[in-house]
Amino acid sequence: MVTELFPVTLTGAETSRRGKRLVGPVDLTLDGQGLCVVLGPNGSGKTTLLRLMHGTARLTGGTVQWACDTETARHHQAFVFQQPVVLRRTVEENLTYPLRLRGADRRTARTAARTWAERVGLGAHLTRRAMVLSGGEQQKLAIARALITDPALVFLDEPTASLDGRAMREIEAILLQAKADGTRLILSTHDMGQARRIADRVIFILGGKVHETGPAQGFFDAPQTPEARAFLNGDIVE
Amino acid sequence: MKKTLILTFLAVFAAGIAQAADQMRMAVTTSFHNSGLADVLLPEITKDLDLEVQLLVVGTGQAIKLGEAGDVDAILVHSRTAEDAFVDGGYGTHRREIMYNDFVFIGPADDPAAIAEAETAADALQKIWSASAAFVSRGDDSGTHKKELSLWVDAGLDADTFDAWYNAVGAGMGAALNTASGLNAYVLSDRASWLNFGNKGDLALLFAGDPVLFNQYAYLPVNPARHDHVKTDLTAKLEEWLTSERAQSLIDGYMIDGETLFVFNAK
Amino acid sequence: MRHAFWLVVTFDAELAEIALRSLRVTLTALVIACLIALPLAAMLAVRRFRWRRATIALLNALMGLPPVVVGLIVYIFLSRSGPFGALGLLFTPTAMIVAQVIIIVPLIASIAHQSLRELWAEYHDLLISMNVTQVQKMRTLIWDARRALLTAALAGFGRGIGEVGAIMIVGGNIDNATRVLTTAIALETGKGEFALALALGFVLIALALGVNLAIHWIGQTERDSRW
Repeated sequence: MVTELFPVTLTGAETSRRGKRLVGPVDLTLDGQGLCVVLGPNGSGKTTLLRLMHGTARLTGGTVQWACDTETARHHQAFVFQQPVVLRRTVEENLTYPLRLRGADRRTARTAARTWAERVGLGAHLTRRAMVLSGGEQQKLAIARALITDPALVFLDEPTASLDGRAMREIEAILLQAKADGTRLILSTHDMGQARRIADRVIFILGGKVHETGPAQGFFDAPQTPEARAFLNGDIVE
Repeated sequence: MKKTLILTFLAVFAAGIAQAADQMRMAVTTSFHNSGLADVLLPEITKDLDLEVQLLVVGTGQAIKLGEAGDVDAILVHSRTAEDAFVDGGYGTHRREIMYNDFVFIGPADDPAAIAEAETAADALQKIWSASAAFVSRGDDSGTHKKELSLWVDAGLDADTFDAWYNAVGAGMGAALNTASGLNAYVLSDRASWLNFGNKGDLALLFAGDPVLFNQYAYLPVNPARHDHVKTDLTAKLEEWLTSERAQSLIDGYMIDGETLFVFNAK
Repeated sequence: MRHAFWLVVTFDAELAEIALRSLRVTLTALVIACLIALPLAAMLAVRRFRWRRATIALLNALMGLPPVVVGLIVYIFLSRSGPFGALGLLFTPTAMIVAQVIIIVPLIASIAHQSLRELWAEYHDLLISMNVTQVQKMRTLIWDARRALLTAALAGFGRGIGEVGAIMIVGGNIDNATRVLTTAIALETGKGEFALALALGFVLIALALGVNLAIHWIGQTERDSRW
């Protein structure tokens, strides 16, 4: 099952609420190679851009064009939120949930749940209530639940923003492993260190507009715009 | 354990109800039901006729309405005017007298209005009125209530003009007796309800015996011409039984505290 | 008081039958009411439709509906001279169930809606992202909020089993057919038989508590085995 979502092209894509433009217009083409980091300060519109592409923020202008039709593209995507959303169920039931929705039988779903729980280090917690896990564990669970349906693309909206260093490292390792397994990832962050560690490609966003985009190496070594330079220097940019 | 609980729930629903072959519904007055006579008659009816008579215990006014709407198969009430109107209106096929009992005046044992010395029922009411002694009225359009109102008229008084001493409770005989017991008030009751009443308190039977207080019960089957679902064959069977010698011996023989309550007079 | 206690201890057959009938009528009404109220509450939580606010307001208003009025309306509809008279349901346990369903549906739906709305706020982003259908959303919410919904159902049960006005009107309090605990209490009080009325009251309280405990206990065992 290899459904090709990329390249994705955004043409004049924008979203506004009550007359105020939150993001856009954005013109952008992504070929989806490796791990793409959406970088920018808080309030720059990273979350909205991710939602816009995912299809959960309303497009009020322009288009988002995937290599396949939008519905198929959506089916092969998953989304991980900054504040982990876990179902009020056990760890195992959280993991089987998306599979059961897609019609998997109970036994297949449970086997996959066990495998993924092991993979993200929650193997010992299968029967525990997800709500009592720590923040880091909850986020690992959310990521495993996103990956368990074998999606072509996973959006991650500042997945480690509220976590400590250890959880952050563990999650980054999980993400790099997923990338190695062939899953495309688009991750937003305002943490430059994280971007440097894991990004293959960077989209620098400020004030709802894309200021710069390109391979990570080039972006960090020689930013093209003064805003990007300022952000990389650690100055306050708005 | 969870299974046990579910089984218990299922058992609650599965518990069958033993029922007689035939069933019919009859509206009766509270005073009849409170007399306890029904508890004697119904099992005998079930035994003799294999018929379960389901009683709706209501006031005469509602009993008549139930018959008119066709929600019961027959009514057993005691209010001559209403009964005649019921038959005249074509709601009932006919009216069959079964038995009578009597109304009595109940009041505080010390009898502040001194009705125990009254000559007639009208005289007793006038004494209560002139003493403005607390009085409880059914006020529910029942046969007993209608009887009480007609007695006030006989006494030359208008119940609509009475002050706070006159308490219309809008409830059944038992509730009215409870209220009278609480207020230590006078009340008109049928003898049977009074004898069976369990909360007499300071109340006592003070006046009875005036022929105007006799209370005729009549049986009226609902007219199948108006309501074709009415179980006419069953109402006829019941009527035959209620007017039989067997019913006579049971009704005449029914006693509370050694007192006979009903007099069988079916013709 | 002592007499009343004695009556409960000896637990005669008639008392048992009346208690059982109470339980049967109210539990049936409860099951039906839940089948109506829970999906309704879930729908109100997840769907944005035109009359949604009006429906919620109506449910809240209906919660305060006087049971006697419900009884009266059901009576008029089921009477032989009413629109559903041909069914012959007046003065049957079915009529009592109908009245109780009408009385407890708004209560259960309102309470259920409160908790489902909270849960929906929590789940909204995830379920939207997973692109689940409306039915799947509702099922997920109902299942994950089941503990709170159980409380809603218990509130409905309490209101149903203790109800007397409507039941009296549509059931008619017929011995061996539609007499339940509450109407029997009203009847015995009317006869001045306070001891018996009190005994019936004890049984009513015991039933209400018993069902509450049983249901809480089910929730408890689930917690132990799973969490």
